[in-house]
Amino acid sequence: MIHGHLQLSLTNFTLDSTPFAFASEGVTVLFGRSGSGKSTLLRAMSGLDKRTHGQLNFQDEVWQTGKKYLPVERRDIGFVFQSAALLPHKNVRGNLDYARRRVPRDRQHGPGFEEIIDRVGIADLLERPTGNLSGGERQRVAIARALLMRPRLLMMDEPLSALDWQAKSELLGLIESVVAEYQIPTLYITHAPVEVERLADRVVFMADGGITSIETLAEATSRVDSPLFTEEGPVSVLHGTIGAIEPDGLVPFRSKQADAFTFWVSAHSDAIRSDANPHGLRSKTTRLRVLARDVAIARQCQEGISMLNQLACTITSIAIDTTGPRAGRAVVFLELADGQPLLAELSYRSVEQLGLVNGQRVFALVKTAALIDP
Amino acid sequence: MKKLSAAVLGTTFLFAASLSAAQADTITVAVAANFTKAAEQIGQAWAKETGNKVRFSFGPTGGLFAQINNGAPFDVFLAADTRRPELLVKAGKATDKFVYAQGTIALYSKTLPVTANHASILKAADFAHLAIANPKSAPYGAAAVAVMQKIGVYPNLQKQKKIVDGESISATFQFVMTGNAQLGFVALSQLVDPASPAKNIGQYWVPPQNDYPPIEQAAVMIKDTKHAATARSFLTYLRSPAATKIIQGYGYAIPKNANTDS
Amino acid sequence: MQIFGSPLDVDPILLTLEVASISTVILLLIGTPIAWWLAHMRSRVRIFFEALVSLPLVLPPTVLGFYLIIALNPNGEITQFLRHFGFEGQLTFNKTGLIIGSVIYSLPFTVQPIMAAFEALPGQVVDAARTLRASFFDRFFTVIVPLARQGFIVGAVLTFAHTVGEFGVVLMVGGNIEGQTRTVSIAIFDHVESYEYAAAHSLSLLMLLFSMLVLMLVYALNRSLQIRQD
Repeated sequence: MIHGHLQLSLTNFTLDSTPFAFASEGVTVLFGRSGSGKSTLLRAMSGLDKRTHGQLNFQDEVWQTGKKYLPVERRDIGFVFQSAALLPHKNVRGNLDYARRRVPRDRQHGPGFEEIIDRVGIADLLERPTGNLSGGERQRVAIARALLMRPRLLMMDEPLSALDWQAKSELLGLIESVVAEYQIPTLYITHAPVEVERLADRVVFMADGGITSIETLAEATSRVDSPLFTEEGPVSVLHGTIGAIEPDGLVPFRSKQADAFTFWVSAHSDAIRSDANPHGLRSKTTRLRVLARDVAIARQCQEGISMLNQLACTITSIAIDTTGPRAGRAVVFLELADGQPLLAELSYRSVEQLGLVNGQRVFALVKTAALIDP
Repeated sequence: MKKLSAAVLGTTFLFAASLSAAQADTITVAVAANFTKAAEQIGQAWAKETGNKVRFSFGPTGGLFAQINNGAPFDVFLAADTRRPELLVKAGKATDKFVYAQGTIALYSKTLPVTANHASILKAADFAHLAIANPKSAPYGAAAVAVMQKIGVYPNLQKQKKIVDGESISATFQFVMTGNAQLGFVALSQLVDPASPAKNIGQYWVPPQNDYPPIEQAAVMIKDTKHAATARSFLTYLRSPAATKIIQGYGYAIPKNANTDS
Repeated sequence: MQIFGSPLDVDPILLTLEVASISTVILLLIGTPIAWWLAHMRSRVRIFFEALVSLPLVLPPTVLGFYLIIALNPNGEITQFLRHFGFEGQLTFNKTGLIIGSVIYSLPFTVQPIMAAFEALPGQVVDAARTLRASFFDRFFTVIVPLARQGFIVGAVLTFAHTVGEFGVVLMVGGNIEGQTRTVSIAIFDHVESYEYAAAHSLSLLMLLFSMLVLMLVYALNRSLQIRQD
C-alpha cells in the first residue's frame, strides 16, 4: 500500500496531491496532460525534492511526515529518468557497477547480474562509453541499472517519450515483462494512453497539480469520459492469451477462461511484427486493444458477413452523449462471456432501432483489433 | 672591527655595538622607494663594517607608514618625507627622528634644451605633457608646483592641461624617461645615479634650493624593535661621513642642521 | 642562472611558487563549499553574496591590502581572538600574511569557474546517483567532482596564475621584506626602482612566459574537455 498526502511548492507550480491511497503491487500509471503535476508528484514521492512536505507511507514504512523525510538514498527506489541520466564519465559497466556497489548487504538477492543484462539486452554494450549509445540503448542501461540497485519500488518518468517508434515498442514490451517477472511495484508516468492500456494495473489521474481519481484499468476504460480516450474515442482492453499463427496468417487471441471467446487477429499487426525483435519477450498474458467505434452490434449471430469476430455478450449499460463532439452517439457497455468489458460506439438511432436494453444478449461484431502485446 | 665600531659610536654604544658584532644581528629597514639604491649601498657598507645584516623593505612612504601602524616588524624607517615619521613619533611608535637626506628637484627632458632655456620652454608651453609627482601626496610634486609658480607658468600650464601627475616620483621619472612626457620635474637623484637610464641622456636644470620648500627625508627608529642597539648603530652609521658620501653621490643634499628629536 | 646578463632572483621565485601553491590548495578547499553554497542558493540573498565574493575583482589591490593590515594587525580583534587558541605569531608581514592576502584576493578566480561548473551539472544525473544510494559525500566525489572537473581545473590554474602575478595586496600585507615576503612581482618593482632593468626584464620575461603557458594550458584543457564531451 502507498498512501499519503504531499505538497510541494515550486516557483511557478504548486502540487497538492490531495489524500491518496493505492495498492503498491503491479504497475500504477500516473496519467495526465503535461503540466498536470505527474513528474512533480513522482519527485515528491521519491524524496528527490527537499521542499516536499506532507505525509507519505510506503507499505509499513513512513517516508515523509511533515518536513521530515527518509532520504532518497535509503528508500530503495530504482528511478528511470526520461533522459536515462546515465553517469557520463563512466561506461555502461561503470554505470551498472555504481548501482551494484551500493546495494546494502540485506538486499543482495534477486536475479543475478548476467541474467539482468541478458534480459534487458545490453550484454554486448558493457564496455561502450555512454556517449555513443542510441536512445533505446541508453534506456535499457538505465533500466538494468535500476534493477541492479535491488529496488523495492521502481519509478519511471516517461521513459519512452524521447524514443523513436521502433525503440518505444521494443522497450514497452521489455518494461512490461521485467515488471511482471520480477514483481517489483512500479510507478510509471506517461501521457500516452497506449502505454497505460498496455502496462497499467491502476491509473492515477492528475490535473492542475492534484490527483483527480485513482481507478483500476478496467474502471478507467469503462466510462465514456475517461481521460484515456482521445480523438479515437472509447477503447476496450481485453486480457487473454495468444496462440500459434495459422497458415493463413491469422492469430487466435483467447480468453483466459476456456472457450469464453476467441478473437482472430491479423498477423500483420505491428505488435506481431515486433515479435521479430530478438529482445522482445513473450509473456503468457497479452492484451488486445479494441476501439469502440470498430465494434458493431447485432441481435443475432450473423451469417453471410465478412467479419470473422462475432462474440456473444450481454449489455450492461448504455451511455448517450447529448452534448459535445459526440452528441448523438451512444456507447454500449458489453460484458463478454468471461466477464471482461467491451465497448461499442453506435449512433443513438441504431440503439433505438435495435431496441437495445440493459441485460439483453447480443453479438458484438469487431472489424479490427490490435494486439498491444507480442 | 670591534675597535673600529667603538671609535665610531662612542662609549655610549660600546656595549651594544660589541654585542651586535658578536651576535651578528639582523635588522629590517623600511625604505621609501626613491632611496632604494642609496640604502642598499649604505646597508652593504654598514654590514661590512659591523658584521650585522640588514634586510630592506622598499615601498611607497604612505604604504610603509600604514604597515608600521599595523604592526609591521620593521626596526628602522627611512621615509621620503618628514610628515610620516613625525606622526609616528607623536603616536609614540617611533623615536630618534632626524633628517638623513634632502631631495633636490630637477627639470629633466630628453629632447628639449632645458638647461639654458627652461624659462622660455615653460612659458611657451610648446609641448604635450609635463610630468610632476602628485603634489598632494609627494613632496617632489609640491616642490615642482612651487618652482613653476615662482617662474609664473603654473596657472597657464594648468589651464592648458599640460601637467600630468605621476603617482610617485618614480612614476614621474618613467613618464619622462620613456618619452611619454616631453619633460618633467624629477628627483636629481634619479638623474645622477650611475645606473640611471637617464645618465648622460638629455638635459636637466636644477632650480635654486630657495625656490621651493625643502624636500626633507627623515629617519626614525621603531619603538617596538627588538633590535634597538643594532638599529641605533645603523642610524648612527647613516650620519657617518661614509654614508653621507654615498647619499650625496645619489644626488641628495645633506641638511646643515639636521634636527634630531626623540 | 643568468638571463640578460644578470643573475636570476631565485628566492622570490621559490617564495612566489610556494605561496601560490599553498593559496591554491586553500582556495580549492574553501572555494568549493562557497561555490556549492552559492550555486544552490535560491533566495535573492545570493546576489549579495555573489557580489561580495567578486569584490576583490574590482577593489584596488592596495586598498584591499590596506584594510587587510588594519583588520589583521597584531592588536586587532582577529589576532586577539586567535590568541585565545594559543596562536602566538602574527598574521601580517610574513608568509601567513601573503597567503591570507592571496586567498582573499584570488577568491573570485576560484569560486566563479567552479560555481559555473556546479550550475551546469546535469540535475537528473546527480539525482540518479542519489537514487542509487550515493550519500552526499559519496556522490560529490564520484559524480559531481568528475563532472565539474573542468571548473576545478580552470579555477585552480587561474587562481595559481593570479596569485603568482599579484602585487598590490602582497606588497601591503607582506611588507616586501627581503628573503621573507618579497615575491617575484615585488622584486620586479624593486629592480625597476633601482634601475636594475636587466634583472627586472629577466623576471618579467619569466613571468610572461609562465603566464602564457598557464593560459594556453587553460584553453587547451577547455578545448580537449569540450571535444571529449561532444
